[in-house]
Amino acid sequence: MSKPVLEVNDVAKRYVISHEDARQGGYRSLRDTLANSFSRLARGQLRSRTKEEFWALKGVSFEVAPGEVVGIIGRNGAGKSTLLKVLSRITEPTRGSIRLRGRVASLLEVGTGFHPELTGRENIYLNGAILGMTRKEIVRKFDEIVAFSEVERFLDTPVKRYSSGMYVRLAFAVAAHLEPEILIIDEVLAVGDAQFQKKCLGKMEAVAKGEGRTVLFVSHNTGVIANICSRTVVLAQGQVIHDGNSEEGIKIYSASGMEEANGEAAFPDLDKAPGNERVRLCAVRVLSNGRITADTELDGEVQVEIEYHCLQGGLRMGASVHLLDQLGGVILATANMPSASLGRDEWFNVPHPVGRYRTRCTIPANFLNEGSYRLSAFLLRDVANVEVMQREVLSFKTHDTGAMRAEYGGQWVGAIRPRLAWQTERLSEVEVS
Amino acid sequence: MSLGSPEQQAPHDFLIEAGRTEKQYWRDLWRYRELFAFLAWRDIAVRYKQTIFGVLWALVQPLATAVVFTIIFSKVAGMKAPEGIPYPLLVLVGTLSWTFFATALSNCSNSLVGSSNLLTKVYFPRLVVPVSSIVVAFVDFFITFVILCAMMAYFQFVPSWRIVFLPAFLAIAFGAAMGLGLWLASLNVEYRDFRFVLPFIVQFGFYVSPVGFSSSNIPEEWRLLYSLNPMATVIDGFRWSVLGIDGELYWQGLVGSLVIVGTLLASGIWYFRRMERTFADVI
Repeated sequence: MSKPVLEVNDVAKRYVISHEDARQGGYRSLRDTLANSFSRLARGQLRSRTKEEFWALKGVSFEVAPGEVVGIIGRNGAGKSTLLKVLSRITEPTRGSIRLRGRVASLLEVGTGFHPELTGRENIYLNGAILGMTRKEIVRKFDEIVAFSEVERFLDTPVKRYSSGMYVRLAFAVAAHLEPEILIIDEVLAVGDAQFQKKCLGKMEAVAKGEGRTVLFVSHNTGVIANICSRTVVLAQGQVIHDGNSEEGIKIYSASGMEEANGEAAFPDLDKAPGNERVRLCAVRVLSNGRITADTELDGEVQVEIEYHCLQGGLRMGASVHLLDQLGGVILATANMPSASLGRDEWFNVPHPVGRYRTRCTIPANFLNEGSYRLSAFLLRDVANVEVMQREVLSFKTHDTGAMRAEYGGQWVGAIRPRLAWQTERLSEVEVS
Repeated sequence: MSLGSPEQQAPHDFLIEAGRTEKQYWRDLWRYRELFAFLAWRDIAVRYKQTIFGVLWALVQPLATAVVFTIIFSKVAGMKAPEGIPYPLLVLVGTLSWTFFATALSNCSNSLVGSSNLLTKVYFPRLVVPVSSIVVAFVDFFITFVILCAMMAYFQFVPSWRIVFLPAFLAIAFGAAMGLGLWLASLNVEYRDFRFVLPFIVQFGFYVSPVGFSSSNIPEEWRLLYSLNPMATVIDGFRWSVLGIDGELYWQGLVGSLVIVGTLLASGIWYFRRMERTFADVI
C-alpha cells in the first residue's frame, strides 16, 4: 500500500483579532503600537485587553491517498479557505504538521497575477509562471490553453478590454492545464456561461478521474461534489465533523447550519432582538403535542408560534411563515390573512396596542413528510411591509410514526405527504377479444 | 500512472510545521528562478504599454538630469570637477549609480505591499518579489549606461582600464539597496508608516551623496564620517573606475562601506525570512 500523498496532523490556525476602534485592516501605524506599549506598561499590563484569539482551524486531521478526489465542504466560516491556505503554504499553521509527498498547485482564485495592461498572450505566460509552470511547459501547452479558452481572436488585446466572461475563461484555461501531483481547487471554478461551465466541470472531472491526480476540491455546489468526489471531508467551525462517504457528508453539511435543534429560537433581550423601533421578534417556536420540541410526528399537528412585542401602538401587524426543505427550497408560504387561512385571526391587520403578542399557525397532521424542515418567520405591517424577517430561523424534524404505513413500507419521496382523497371507479366493461 | 511533464523533478517529500524554517526554501528559489524574470518583465512591459515613444522615454530622464544638474551644480553653485573631466560626465556617472540605488530601493520597499494579491493567493518563495523588483532597476541601469557611452563618445572621452571594476561597485549598490529594501519591505507590510519613510530617505540621501558634485568637495576631516554612506563609496567608485579619477577612491571608506552593506544585506535577508510566514496574514 502506497504512502498517503497528503497527511494532515492536528493542524490548527489561530488569528488574532483586535478590537480597537482606530484600526483598519491588519496593519497599524508605529505610533499606535508605540503609544499602546507605553500606556500598557504604565498600567502594568503585559497583554493588551482588546485582543481576541480566533481559531480558524482547531485541530484538523486527515489523510489522502494518491489519486483520490476529496471534496471539502462546510458552511462559510468553517475554515475551508484557511485549510487550503495552510496546505498551499501561503500561511503557516499555528500548531500541527502537514506532510506533502508531491508538488502542490492551488487555485484559490481565478486570474491570479493577471495584469490588465498586458495582452492575453502575455498574461498566459505570466499567470502560468506564477502558478508554477516553467516557460517550456507553457510554450508546450500554449495552443491547448488558447483553444480551451475560446479567446483566440483577442489574444493580442490587453486583458482590460476583455469582458468578464472572457477574462475568467482565459484564467481558467491556464489554471486547468497545471500538472501537479496534488491539485487544490477552491470554489470558484465553474465560471462563464452555461456551456463553458460544463466544459470547466468536464475538464475538472477529467483531471480528477482520468489523469489520476490527487485533487482536493472545495465547493458549495454539492451536486458537483457528489459527482466527482469519492470522499468528502466536512468542516464546521474549524473541525472535521465527517470524513467519508460523499452523500452522507452532504447531508450533514446541509443540516449543520442550524444552531437550534431544540425547537425554539428565542431573543430574550428586546434591545438586541430582530426588529426595529416599532416591533421586535421575541421568539419562534415549534410545538408538537403541546410541547416545544424539534422532533415532531407525522401524524400529529405541528404548531409554529411567533412571539413579538409591539413597541409602538397602533400598528396593524400580520405574520407569515415559510416552510423550507433541507436544501433551502421553499415548500410553502402561509400567512394569517383571513382569505389565506382557516378560521379568522382576530388580530390580523388590527391596530395593536403596545405589548407582547403570540401568533400561532397550525400545520395539520398527516401533511408533512418524514425529514428535516426549516422555517422562516416574517412580521408584516399593513399586509405588505415586512418589519421583521428571519430566514431559516428554526429547524425541526418530522418522524414517521407509521400512521400511513399500513400498506407500503419503503422510501416515501416528496416535500410534503398530505393525505388526499382518492376514488377509483370502473368506467365500462370492455371485452378483450 | 502518468504524472506529466519531463520538467518535473523527482517527487518531493516535506513537512510543513509551525515555526520550521524550510531547507527547501533555497531549493525552491532555484526552482522558481524563472519567476524572477517573469515578474521583472511584467513590470517593464507594463510601463510602456499604450505609449507611442515607448522605450525612448527611458532615455529622457537621464539626459535631462545630466543637463539640469550640470547647469545647477557647475554653473550656478560653482562646484568644480577634477582635471580633464567634463562636468556632465561627472554628473551622469553619479546619476547612473544613484538612480539605480534609489529605484532599486523604492521598488523593493513597495514590492510586497504592491503584490499583496499574489501573496495571499499563490505560493512561491516570497523573496522572488523584492528581488525581481530590483531586476527592473538593473534594466534601467543598462539603458542609462548606454547613454553614458554615447555621451563619452560625444565628449571623446576614453574611459580608464579600471572600468572592469564597475561591476564590483554595482554589486555594492545592489547589496545596499537589497539589504535596506528588504528591511523596509518587511516592515512596511505591518507598519505602513515606512511607505512615508522611504521617499524621505531617498531625498535626503540624494543630497548627502555626491551625485551632483564630487566628493573632493567634502573637507578632509569629515571624509570618514561621510563614507559611512555606502552610496558615497559606490558613486566615488563609479567615478574612479569609469572616469579614471585618481585619489577619488577613499580606501578606508571602501572597507567601512563593505562592512555596512554586508551587515545590511545579511540582516535584511534574516528579518525578511523571519517575517515571511506572517505576510499573508498581515498584509
